[in-house]
Amino acid sequence: MTADLTRATAAELAARIANREVSAVEVAQAHLDRIGEVDGAVNAFLHVDTEGALNAARKVDEDIAAGAHVGPLAGVPIALKDVLTTEGVPTTVGSKILEGWIPPYDATVTRRLKEAGLVILGKTNMDEFAMGSSTENSAYGPTRNPWDTDRIPGGSGGGSAAALAAFEAPLSIGTDTGGSIRQPGAVTGTVGVKPTYGGVSRYGLVAFSSSLDQAGPCARTVLDAALLHEVIAGYDPMDSTSIDAPVPPVVAAAREGANGDLSGVRVGVVTQFSGEGYQPGVLRSFEAAVAQLKQLGAEVVEVSCPSFDYALPAYYLIAPSEASSNLARFDAMRYGIRVGDDGTRSAEEVMSLTREAGFGPEVKRRIMIGTYALSSGYYDAYYGSAQKVRTLISRDFDAAFATVDVLVSPTTPTTAFPIGERTNDPMAMYKADLCTIPANLAGNAAMSVPSGLSDEDGLPVGLQIMAPALQDHRMYRVAAAYEVARDAALGAPVISGVPQLAGVAR
Amino acid sequence: MTSVHELMDYAEVIERFDPVLGLEVHVELHTNTKMFCGCANVFGGEPNTQVCPVCLGMPGALPALNGKAVESAIRIGLALNCEIAEWCRFARKNYFYPDMPKNFQTSQYDEPIAFNGYLDVTLDDGSLFRVEIERAHMEEDTGKSLHVGGATGRIHGAEHSLLDYNRAGVPLIEIVTKPITGTGERAPEVARAYVTALRDLLKALDVSDVRMDQGSLRCDANVSLMAKDATEFGTRTETKNVNSLRSVERAVRFEMTRQAALLASGGEITQETRHFDESTGSTSSGRTKETAEDYRYFPEPDLVPIAPSREWVEELRGTLPELPWERRKRVQQEWSLTDAELRDLVNAGAVDLVTATVDAGATHAEARSWWVAYLTKEANARGVELAELGITPAQIARVIALVNSGELTNKLAREVVTGVLDGEGEPEAVIEARGLKVVSDDSALEKAVDEALAAQPDVAAKIRDGKVAAAGAIVGAVMKATKGQADAKRVRELIIARCS
Ligand SMILES: [Zn+2]
Repeated sequence: MTADLTRATAAELAARIANREVSAVEVAQAHLDRIGEVDGAVNAFLHVDTEGALNAARKVDEDIAAGAHVGPLAGVPIALKDVLTTEGVPTTVGSKILEGWIPPYDATVTRRLKEAGLVILGKTNMDEFAMGSSTENSAYGPTRNPWDTDRIPGGSGGGSAAALAAFEAPLSIGTDTGGSIRQPGAVTGTVGVKPTYGGVSRYGLVAFSSSLDQAGPCARTVLDAALLHEVIAGYDPMDSTSIDAPVPPVVAAAREGANGDLSGVRVGVVTQFSGEGYQPGVLRSFEAAVAQLKQLGAEVVEVSCPSFDYALPAYYLIAPSEASSNLARFDAMRYGIRVGDDGTRSAEEVMSLTREAGFGPEVKRRIMIGTYALSSGYYDAYYGSAQKVRTLISRDFDAAFATVDVLVSPTTPTTAFPIGERTNDPMAMYKADLCTIPANLAGNAAMSVPSGLSDEDGLPVGLQIMAPALQDHRMYRVAAAYEVARDAALGAPVISGVPQLAGVAR
Repeated sequence: MTSVHELMDYAEVIERFDPVLGLEVHVELHTNTKMFCGCANVFGGEPNTQVCPVCLGMPGALPALNGKAVESAIRIGLALNCEIAEWCRFARKNYFYPDMPKNFQTSQYDEPIAFNGYLDVTLDDGSLFRVEIERAHMEEDTGKSLHVGGATGRIHGAEHSLLDYNRAGVPLIEIVTKPITGTGERAPEVARAYVTALRDLLKALDVSDVRMDQGSLRCDANVSLMAKDATEFGTRTETKNVNSLRSVERAVRFEMTRQAALLASGGEITQETRHFDESTGSTSSGRTKETAEDYRYFPEPDLVPIAPSREWVEELRGTLPELPWERRKRVQQEWSLTDAELRDLVNAGAVDLVTATVDAGATHAEARSWWVAYLTKEANARGVELAELGITPAQIARVIALVNSGELTNKLAREVVTGVLDGEGEPEAVIEARGLKVVSDDSALEKAVDEALAAQPDVAAKIRDGKVAAAGAIVGAVMKATKGQADAKRVRELIIARCS
């Protein structure tokens, strides 16, 4: 019964809770129990809010008993990346500098989840300030990949992805600045969506790179991701960059796609994303996925986006530049840890000592890169040029979307790599986001859906589907159709292949 | 820390150098809410009571632009004859300071909302001087630091510091002039007249409290000198903390004499920030620009660009009130004032007050005589601005009416006004409380007149002989007897009637 509850999809759970077949409290408790059983081995959670979750679940049960109208995901448990503020519940962003900080306010995403009756189980682990592709940069220890606990779960949202793959939660929220939702989704065999920039409010999302950050849904199925997408998306006056337009009809698109017909849909394969540096098993999985899309009736063409080759360097100027400014507020004056305030030191010295002690090496590296790139005399060459590349990338997307409905590529060049393998090689680590970064720079929608396992190592591979801005529903339709065909071909969902986790208690 | 400055005689400064000014004025808008959040924008609240996650720079918080602040910025730009940008952005000015919650200030950098304007400034002799405006841009104010302990009250050497973030995020407009040249010896006067004109303009626009004493209008004065034969501007200093109109003038004059002495002795001017000390009238060195930071400006990614439509700009142009100089011109014509009379009125800062008093029923001559002649002296004596004196144009108009109806003498009227200024309430209440009503009951007056005539029979005889001038002595006696509460004119009439 309990295993049944943790393996169910969010859509199934919501239906069973609404029918009063099972209570939201039972569902929450089953997941809390599961976290207690396996999270010692996975370390997906930084904070489990047992009391808050059970209270929220109880409220949903009461509402349903009273005959109140509840939302389509009411009572469904969810794990929240620790980058979104939660009133009264610690938010660390994976950093020592915010250790012990209890936000006085909810992020808009948090508020919308609560209003929709979702049950927030806790906060998930992440690379510090979302800077990383492996969750090894967390100040609170790495998260492990449920497929192989010696391997990384991707990053920065490794906790949110691992929680899904470990059946600790049916849904989670991630944030994606350069691939932090999609790459973890790919290497854990789960679905991760980066909505159109501005589609989901950033209010309460602790900023890494303001012009790139985007929160999005993570789930084990395309439909679940779509249901969650519609809960969190929509205009928010608190976020000036949020788009004042109707939410793309992603749930309807996912349901339509599940019919398995993609005739009339034009799919573009990005030619830049293959070749050297790509694991052969990943490319084979990708080719198989493309073949399946053709079988579903899609028209597949190759599309060249030459400026995508410059996306990575442009990203590593823009994101650190914005980060160097966004992270300046962590100065020990108002919140977070304070180091060296012994009555003899100036405020400036305390700021400096706190930042020295509170930030990890990757965060410091990026603050330094960003500070340099914005410096007078270097601005035009670095930040300025990177912004020009950004424009070129947007033009490549525009040109591509003039001829195709969606673009596809592998989500990330390799499967999950062993913990520790790239920690001393930042460039190798940065390449994990090679295919995901262009969509962040251009601001359009993109997602990763599992495309099976790599034949050489048996680890999950992700198919990236990209759509134009505010056309998020296009990729959901394709992903849902592909998901049905893939499961039919494999005989079971990819996620069912996750090995049993050793019962290491938290 | 005291430093002795060598100063050059002012006349010699002017003989040898041409001053160049640049004035940067920060104006706090009096919008209901702050620039980027919904917190109340009110001066003087308990520390840290007007704050929220946004203006405290909490992790995750984002700015949302106050549309009213943009509207005010555009109106200011239009009143300063500026062009209004069709598209502009905010930028981040990055530097660390404890009273700045995000450690960057959201400001406009190379894309100001208004630029290329001018302000015609009236000098003390009534002549006009045109000050060119470089730009007017929007930004947010910082919080306030209170440094406790240490000698200077500055962060350096303080034992500890207290932070109040109520002011953090208050909307500011920074108005920057182009270099002001050609003023010669009138540079200090031009500086003061410019800030005065700007203050009056902003007041007329009703966009700010423009209270220099409360910091809602703050002026930084850039001053440099060029030798008479020089072709390039000299090195400038920027004097901050210049918090009254008089200080603006003094600070400019002081810097001119200080810089001149330094240059004349072969020294070099350090490009630096200087602090103005009200008590000594001198400036002292702050941080030098050598150590000044690189602000690493870049476009603010949390805000979308501002693109005011031309229709909106024109609509706002239509909301501009009669501007101070237009009003002055109209007032001079309507009231047939001489240039000197207008100048007195303007210099007293009394145009609004006199106009309002006239609107309340007085004649402009009566109103001017009160505000320009009498109340200006009272304001000086009490060390406050005329408008802050604590008496309204309506009250003055009522006092004038009481004088005209004979219920108050001029002397009594001044006493009533003093009572109002001393906080004793409305004029009527002061009259009541102090018993200041004119004795207008003729029978009571006649009795006093008869007594006075009886007491001074020789004077009475002179009057009866037609020497009317002698009546003065009897008037004086009656006034004394009635404790000054009689109308002297009426008393004189009664005396003459009694003696004829
Ligand atoms: Zn606020």
